[in-house]
Parts: sequence; structure tokens; C-alpha cells
Amino acid sequence: MTGKTLYDKLWDAHVVRREDDDTALLYIDRHLVHEVTSPQAFEGLRLAGRQPWRTNTVLAVPDHNVPTTDRDRGIADPVSRIQVETLQDNVTSLGITFFPMSDVRQGIVHVIGPEQGATLPGMTVVCGDSHTSTHGAFGALSVGIGTSEVEHVLATQCLLQKKMKNMLVSVDGKVGPGVTAKDIVLAIIGEIGTAGGTGCAIEFGGEAIRDLSMEGRMTVCNMAIEAGARAGMVAVDQTTIDYVKDRPYAPRGEHWEQAVAAWRELKSDPDAKFDHVVHIDAAGIQPQVSWGTSPEMVAPIGGRVPDPALSGDAVKTRGMERALEYMGLQAGMPVTDIQVDKVFIGSCTNGRLEDIRAAAQVVKGRRVAENVKLAMVVPGSGLVKQQAEQEGLDKVFLEAGFEWRDPGCSMCLAMNADRLEPGERCASTSNRNFEGRQGLGGRTHLVSPAMAAAAAVAGHFVDVRDMN
Amino acid sequence: MEKFQRLTAKVAPLDRSNVDTDAIIPKQYLKSVKRTGFGPTLFDDWRYLDPGEPGMDHSQRRQNPDFVLNDPRYQGAQVLLARKNFGCGSSREHAVWALTDYGFRAVIAPSYADIFFSNSFKNGLLPLVLDEAIVDQLFNEVLAEPGYQLTVDLEAQTVETPSGERFSFQVDPFRRHCLLNGLDDIGLTLQHADDIRAYEQKRGAEAPWLFPA
Ligand code: SF4
Repeated sequence: MTGKTLYDKLWDAHVVRREDDDTALLYIDRHLVHEVTSPQAFEGLRLAGRQPWRTNTVLAVPDHNVPTTDRDRGIADPVSRIQVETLQDNVTSLGITFFPMSDVRQGIVHVIGPEQGATLPGMTVVCGDSHTSTHGAFGALSVGIGTSEVEHVLATQCLLQKKMKNMLVSVDGKVGPGVTAKDIVLAIIGEIGTAGGTGCAIEFGGEAIRDLSMEGRMTVCNMAIEAGARAGMVAVDQTTIDYVKDRPYAPRGEHWEQAVAAWRELKSDPDAKFDHVVHIDAAGIQPQVSWGTSPEMVAPIGGRVPDPALSGDAVKTRGMERALEYMGLQAGMPVTDIQVDKVFIGSCTNGRLEDIRAAAQVVKGRRVAENVKLAMVVPGSGLVKQQAEQEGLDKVFLEAGFEWRDPGCSMCLAMNADRLEPGERCASTSNRNFEGRQGLGGRTHLVSPAMAAAAAVAGHFVDVRDMN
Repeated sequence: MEKFQRLTAKVAPLDRSNVDTDAIIPKQYLKSVKRTGFGPTLFDDWRYLDPGEPGMDHSQRRQNPDFVLNDPRYQGAQVLLARKNFGCGSSREHAVWALTDYGFRAVIAPSYADIFFSNSFKNGLLPLVLDEAIVDQLFNEVLAEPGYQLTVDLEAQTVETPSGERFSFQVDPFRRHCLLNGLDDIGLTLQHADDIRAYEQKRGAEAPWLFPA
């Protein structure tokens, strides 16, 4: 018998019953809920007179709509307020654990799950949000689901799933200094494309991935969805176990020992077969900047905005031309000539303590450039914010002219008051550069926290490696 | 869920690849706590020249005459023809609700993003996959022939053009069955409640940390 991949092991351990050859009813261990994709699911349950199957697997938090300033005054936008209140009413009436906006544990759902130890190795984790792939960093099978599936999981604790294909993306060797997890994942998407992982569960492996902290692994898995894969994952090792230990929802005592022994098996067998394998040379990865309106449209900081005429495919050329027009860029211009109006450091991709530390290191003793209208740091959770403040990082940012905000999704998707105005250009540590993502007509460039900080200081993109 | 069996309808050609869910329904409309009412703001940023907000009277807004859905020739279309990787981006089911609320019952594209694909089946919207070359041919035909209609037959798994040319498509048998009969998967799953309980028993013994009191 051939060996199993990590994904095969996670799948097999959760099959309740098989519907046909490759569709199964999978058991769900953790269900994370936020305000945007859940109201219609709770309503559906009520209309059908159904009860949730197992409420203690659910953790709910508002994140998309919450303001990042003046929280004590509540949510000004009445439509956002109703959505957050609806979540609170829905979950508290069912006895589901809920972190309200005033709770220090509140934050972006994909930051707080791991931070609380609510995400554990070997679990199946779902959330009505595509970036649920983040949790795969723990050797978990985590997938984003739609609202009908949120309702299905609430009612049955199961998800009807088709088995995906196994894909391995191996980042071989070591990255150079100044190259971060974000640069690795942007380079991967640039290589395989936004549909490169469609229908697959991607396991990220190789020395450069093993060298990453848990924060870095979460950044990489977070963007698996941008490569088209519903799930991304990394095998469990000592780094994983050390991160999970003593977190509030992590097992303790005898259960801890038992769990760790099981978790150590959560890696692909040496003879496991993958349907697709991609190798990427870590040493060749430079800090990345996206130039277009799809996350595969990336260039190295030392490079130029590409020429659509050279793409060699008519549909692709048209897409690139449209992107350049929307972004207001010229083919062939050096990436370092692109000036920015706003800088956003945060999101479930890069709103963790390590990200904020990396940005602070660049900003320390410097000032935000004159042409930058707004530079903001939005920590991923209240606890990240608290810890950063204990380290004095808030002061570093404030002294440089950044704003230091309260936790939430913020300008990652601009559902709250934080957004770009038409034509404004932003260096953003988030994950999507789609048209209008950060505000109608806004132009997003995806970068790492250190690169965003460097752009804030220089007023244009610059190689952070030249700054120290 | 509404059944899908057979449909003959006009086709709207949306000639773009990687159409993302932010484009299908922009985020300001996700604040709704309802499942309906998303049709008027489907493709909002492309469809209108002025910025849209929830609660506006969208019929009073300035339409973008260059956007395909505003072309009088495609009014009443129930089939959307698009390029590859349709529905990429977020998990928002609002994207599917917007398409169905507008009146679409089927999408034809060479490929889809996974979450969008599975959301579609749960709402009676058929996301149909045809080869890139066939999709290309259909684009040419729709553009050349006003009033162009396609017949989508889920039972027979075929798409038929006005000239009688037929293309067959693949669809997962379980999903096809649910769509043909308009079945709700929650009800189907709950028929297996005993299996779920048996799984919990067995798993709880192996991995008790997953089942805290
Ligand atoms: S930070 Fe952005 S990507 Fe992450 S959950 Fe919030 S809106 Fe989605």
C-alpha cells in the first residue's frame, strides 16, 4: 500500500459516511462564525425549526464591519450595526461562545482561532470565509464555506465534501534575508496562477516553509485560496506544537500528551503520492509587489511592470491591459517608480504580532513620507494589539506618523469606514487586489509588512533590503 | 430549493476571465441579513457609472451603456456565458444570490472557483463546464446573432444551440440528483444522524481532546 498525504490522513479521520466514490460526509471539529456570512444561515435554521448539533464547537466574533476607531461610541453605520447585533442575538440565544467588540479577545476570525488554541492540529475547521485556509498552517483541514454550508454544519456538524486532489508546493532551500512568508506566497501565486490550485488541497513543504514561524505559515496558507485552492496546509512539527501549548482552548494534562502523540503523525508519508508537484527555488524569491488586479499579477521589487503585448495569449493580454488601465500604470515602468497614497498594515494575512514587529523595525526612527496621506496599522486582534503596545510598537508607529487602530478587517475589504477613494493607490499587506476591493476605484498593491512600511517611509515602493 | 431540469433562454456574454466575487457583488451589499434583493446590484461597479450604496433606488442610477447586461439585446437572459475561473475570490454566497435574483439559472464557463461552484448548486444555479474551444464558439455565436438562445438540459446533460448542435457536459451525480429534484441537503444529511452519532462515539474515544465536556 502506498503512503498517505497529510490531506489523505485528515480526510480519512473525518469521514462519517461515503455518499459515492469521492463525496463524503465529513465531520467538522471547529466552526468559526462571523457576522457577514452567518445571518441567513441562522435564519434558515429557525425557519426549518432546527437546532444546532453541537454548539461548543462554534466560536463567533464580529470582524468585517467593526470600526477601528472610537469603539466605545459603537458602530455609526446603521446597516453594519444591525449585522453585528444580529450575530450577537443569534449566537447568544443558542449559548455559542462569542467575543464582542469590547472583549480584548475580539479580532479577525482567522487570527483569533489560532491565538485562542481553538484551531488545533488534526482538526477539520470551517468558516463562512474563504481565508479559512489559514488554519491549515496547523496541520488541520480547513476550508472556507458558503452560507448554505454554514447552515448545514450548524445543523448536522458535517459538511458534504468532494475529495480534492493532492498538490505539493515545495519551496526548496532557504530564502535570502529580508524575504518573508508573504513574498514566498506571492511568488508561488505568480508562478502557478490564481487557478493553479483549483480542485486541490495544497500542502506547502520544503525547507523554506519549515523554517517559517507559525505566523509565517499562516500567511502562506491564508493565500492558498488566491492560488485557487480551497485548502492549504503545512505538516505538524515542533514549531506547531510549541505554538499551541498552553493556549486557552488547547488540551491540557493527560489529553495534551495524548494529543501531541497523535499530532506528530500529521505529515505526509515519505512514499505518499501527489497528483501535482511544484518546486520553487527559495533563493530566487525577491520581495514581491503586485501590479495588477489579480494576485497572480506580481513582480519582484527589482523588476518592471510587464508588457501585456508579450503575454502570448489574447485573453490574457486583454486582462493585463484592463488591469494596467484600472491601476493607472505603464507597461515597462520600474516597480520602484510606483508612488503610494495610503499604506495599510493588517488583515488576516499579515495582522499578527510578527508582522507588526517586522513593520515597526523598518519604521523605527523614520517618518511617513509627505505624499502619503494615510498610513495605518490595524492589529489582527485585541491581544495582538495589547502585546504590541507592551513592546512599545504603537509608539514607534505613532512617532513616525502612522495611525494605530483597533482590531478588525478594516481596509482589507473596506466594509467599515476605512477605505480608498477612487484612484488612490495603496501599499497593502492584505490578500486581494481585485478592482474596488479596498474602495470603489481604489488601487491595491499587495506586499509584505516590511515592504509596506518601507513604502510608507519612501512614498513609493522600494526594496526594504536596501534600507537597513 | 428551486428545481433545475430543462431551460431554453437567452444568453448574456460576459467576456472576462477571473471574474471575482467582489465584482459579482461588491462588499457594501454584504451587510444585508437577507438572502434576497441582490439582483439590482449584481456586477454593481461595472453596471453603473455612479457609486452604489445599500438602500438606494438602483433604478434611478446612471447605467454604464458599455456593460453587457445593460445592452437591450441581452435583456431577460437567464444563461450567463463567461471565461475561465469564474467566481474566484471570497466565499460570499451573496454572489450566487445576486445572479439568481437577477434571473440567471445557469452559467457556462470553462472553469470555476471551487467555493462558488459548490454554492451555486445549493441555490438552484447550474454552473456548467464546457471546453474552452466550445465556449469560444458560443461567444462568437451569441455576439453574431441577436436573440440567441441555448437549451440546457440537466437530465440529458446537454447544451443545444439554435442550429441544433449539441454539447454534452459532466456533472457530479449527487449534485445533479439534488438539483433535478430541488432537494435540501440538510434534510438528506439528517437522515444519517445515527451515523454521525456513531462517528462521534468512536472519534471521542480516540481523540477525547476534541470532545471537551
Ligand atoms: S482580513 Fe480581509 S481577507 Fe481576512 S477575513 Fe477579514 S476581510 Fe477577509
